Amino acid sequence: MSNWEAVIGLEVHVQLATKSKIFSGASTLFGSPPNTQACNIDLGMPGVLPVLNKEVLKMAIKFGLAINASINSPTQFARKNYFYPDLPKGYQISQLDSPIVEGGFLQIEIGGEKPKKIGITRAHLEEDAGKSLHEEFENHSGIDLNRAGTPLLEIVSEPELNTSEEAVSYLKKIHSIIRHLEISDGNMAEGSMRCDANVSVRKKGSDELGTRTETKNVNSFRFVEKAINHEIKRQIKILESGEKITQETRLYDSQLDETRSMRSKEFANDYRYFPEPDLLPVVLDKKFIESVKSEMPELSEEKKNRLITEYKLSDYDADVLSVDPNLSKYFEEVVTNSSNPKLAANWVMGDLSAFLNKDNLSILDTRVDATNLGTLLARIEDSTISGKIAKEVFEEMWLSEKGPDQIIEEKGLKQVTDSTEIEKVIDQVFEENPTQLQQYKSGKEKLFGFFVGQVMKVSRGKANPEQVNKLLKKRLEE
Amino acid sequence: MEEFYKLSIKEKLKGLKESAFSSLELTESYLQRIKKVDKKINSFITVLEDKAIESARESDKRYKEGSALPLDGIPIAHKDIFCTEGILTTCGSKMLSNFVSPYSSTVVKNFSANGSVILGKTNMDEFAMGSSNETSYFGAVNNPWKRNYVPGGSSGGSAACVSAGLASGATATDTGGSIRQPAALCGLTGIKPTYGRVSRYGMIAFASSLDQGGVLTKSAEDAAYMLKAMSGHDPRDSTSLNVDVPDFVDEINEDIKGLRIGLPKQFFSMNLPNYVEKSIDESIKIFEKLGAQVEDVDLPHIDLSLPIYYVIAPAECSANLSRYDGVKFGYRCEDPNNLDDLYMRTREEGFGAEVKRRILIGTYALSAGYYDAYYLKAQKCRRLVADDFSKAFKSVDFILSPTAPDTSFSLGDKTSDPVEMYKQDIFTIPANLAGLPGISFPCGEHQGLPLGVQLVADNLNESKLLRMAHYFQLNTDWHEAWPEIE
Repeated sequence: MSNWEAVIGLEVHVQLATKSKIFSGASTLFGSPPNTQACNIDLGMPGVLPVLNKEVLKMAIKFGLAINASINSPTQFARKNYFYPDLPKGYQISQLDSPIVEGGFLQIEIGGEKPKKIGITRAHLEEDAGKSLHEEFENHSGIDLNRAGTPLLEIVSEPELNTSEEAVSYLKKIHSIIRHLEISDGNMAEGSMRCDANVSVRKKGSDELGTRTETKNVNSFRFVEKAINHEIKRQIKILESGEKITQETRLYDSQLDETRSMRSKEFANDYRYFPEPDLLPVVLDKKFIESVKSEMPELSEEKKNRLITEYKLSDYDADVLSVDPNLSKYFEEVVTNSSNPKLAANWVMGDLSAFLNKDNLSILDTRVDATNLGTLLARIEDSTISGKIAKEVFEEMWLSEKGPDQIIEEKGLKQVTDSTEIEKVIDQVFEENPTQLQQYKSGKEKLFGFFVGQVMKVSRGKANPEQVNKLLKKRLEE
Repeated sequence: MEEFYKLSIKEKLKGLKESAFSSLELTESYLQRIKKVDKKINSFITVLEDKAIESARESDKRYKEGSALPLDGIPIAHKDIFCTEGILTTCGSKMLSNFVSPYSSTVVKNFSANGSVILGKTNMDEFAMGSSNETSYFGAVNNPWKRNYVPGGSSGGSAACVSAGLASGATATDTGGSIRQPAALCGLTGIKPTYGRVSRYGMIAFASSLDQGGVLTKSAEDAAYMLKAMSGHDPRDSTSLNVDVPDFVDEINEDIKGLRIGLPKQFFSMNLPNYVEKSIDESIKIFEKLGAQVEDVDLPHIDLSLPIYYVIAPAECSANLSRYDGVKFGYRCEDPNNLDDLYMRTREEGFGAEVKRRILIGTYALSAGYYDAYYLKAQKCRRLVADDFSKAFKSVDFILSPTAPDTSFSLGDKTSDPVEMYKQDIFTIPANLAGLPGISFPCGEHQGLPLGVQLVADNLNESKLLRMAHYFQLNTDWHEAWPEIE
């Protein structure tokens, strides 16, 4: 294994989040009944013509600028010809020469190693095909053309990734960029982001590329990792037995965790690309590109740096929070209502994330909004409650969706800071635990923690822990 | 009135406006004439009797209310390449012999918005591929001037029906000469506007970068009325030109004095029949008498036009016709065994020989390893042809030539030799390659068959072309002749 090296290039298809399709006015909404969102243009009716949705240009330009690429002007559409029932026109409008985005890069970081630059050859616009439904009908296949004409940005990397880990890291970076730019929801389960992996292996140190296979439509980060690992192992096994790799398209089966052959090169389509005569080359002048640039939101890299300087967060915290634009937005809202960014980061990444995960919710569907969480943290800081009680309050907030102050009030959770009150509790604890008191006094000082615990328990967590410490120490040393 | 059909559009509009007759009378007279005459020429695929009468009544109502539209009540026909909502739209093919379009083309909508009455849909070469109308699935069309002679193509049905007086005018399309060549062969005026002047939305595509809608009429003046109604920018067609449409009708009477006509050496060194040359010489003399200047021009790459065309047009058609696969609409073979069988038999059975020939040529020209040698080279040469015209238009306003190399020929004469058939368009194709407007109008006859002369002008100069043809027609009477068909 160790003397082999994998070479991986990824083709990522990203559905752009436009309201209408790339060449027609039909809606792109996901999940409607079959064929209800396909107009005459999407159906490829005789005589129809495509008209380019200007929004897709803006979105592609944003992506291009975010990956330091050049924007081609004019950019040109082309027809990619092949027959398939879910491709209504018998050709896909795509781009070949002069794709809108060309020659960019991004950086990936793996476990503290120094960042690695991954080249992005191009990103081009195209229309999605419909879906063939093979299971629903006996002896027939159904076709749903709702997806036909949904705008796609196909992002093609250089073959510069060498492990499945790097591939996943690259994909996550793309995922983060498109979500920050708000050009796609990046929902892999719904197919908003799909990945084809080109994999080959070669002897370490060699600079020649081996014969590659293309594994199609891998639809989660985990599957990408598994499919690539499987494919690398398979290819090494073949090469070590002295045989040759067949250049082919393969399909990943997530249930069996294996890839299998779909079609070999001999049966590959000759797509007969030629410039799309129904669409003129699109000129993107500097002014237009500048105006798109001015609309661009902060990217994760910039955001991370800002979180570090503005809130003094650790590199790790800033990294976690900046990956998801909605999470960082939530965090910043929490901070405006409290005053301790570190505490806010801990809560957002800790308790809040745990509750979200448990209920399988996204940050957008959180049951505790940022204002309420901010208020809760403010109550810790002004000593109204302890951090421990705050966890109890948070759980109640999550379940009841009530505000923190209401819960603290209703449940009488307000911290006890009156020393006579606390002294009373200490008296009670000493009374109930004479043995332990004796032991402590005869030198078993480890029992200090036990007394703190007992006092907190009797006060139902409401006693101010600092005061409890101070008073206990005083009393035990008497 | 017995001979309504002989009135010009201008005269019909006047009569309707002055209530000398109604659109219903006009429409019924055409429908009767179609019934009587069309069985001899087969120019219609679909006659829309009920719909025509209904819209004629609506037109009459608007005349009464004083809210008449520019072409209100004028009965016309549409080439069956234009989609018409709820109406059979076949494109002359078995593949679409059952296709009822769910929408109307922009051209059809424009005519309806101008109040025109649609008499029916006209016969054509299958998917507009042909120069004789003999590739139609719905049978050949007879030239009204002589039985068993072709009307030209691909807009043969539109040409024959107007020539026989079965419609005031007809829409048509021109990819390599499909308006102008039938105009010449049937003694009509036919104009192919600048590429992008008329919307292609809903006009079933043959070769997208060459296809352009236009009209076939008896006279240049009729053409001006029709073209005015059908032209204009269409946001649904990205190649549609966003420019104002001149008032072709108003501008037709402007002077032509001082306009310069160029005669391309290359065209006049060909071995043409002497009666063709003679008719062209006489046309030139008429223009000179009207004050035009005539000089020779050089179009050095023009002889490349035919080979360029027969790479680009088939290449585009090979993709444009991929959608006819038996899956969504149109013809589907019976009991396919599997997907490949469905595709292959549907297309084998649904397309005619000429269409298949062009799909194969186009597929080949775009294939890996051949693309650069054929398609790319053809595109580069196309640029050379366009540049030739640009240069010529620096010194002249028009390029004059015969429209077709000869008069009409008899049915079956050229069907076994595709290249002979392709040569029909040798004079018309260059304008399509360069996207330029061209017009053909009658300039003579030989043995009872009409001859046409063609003028090509620089971009967006349709008005000038119509004016030239109009002045010619004010001084000749070739366009006024009617075939004896009853």
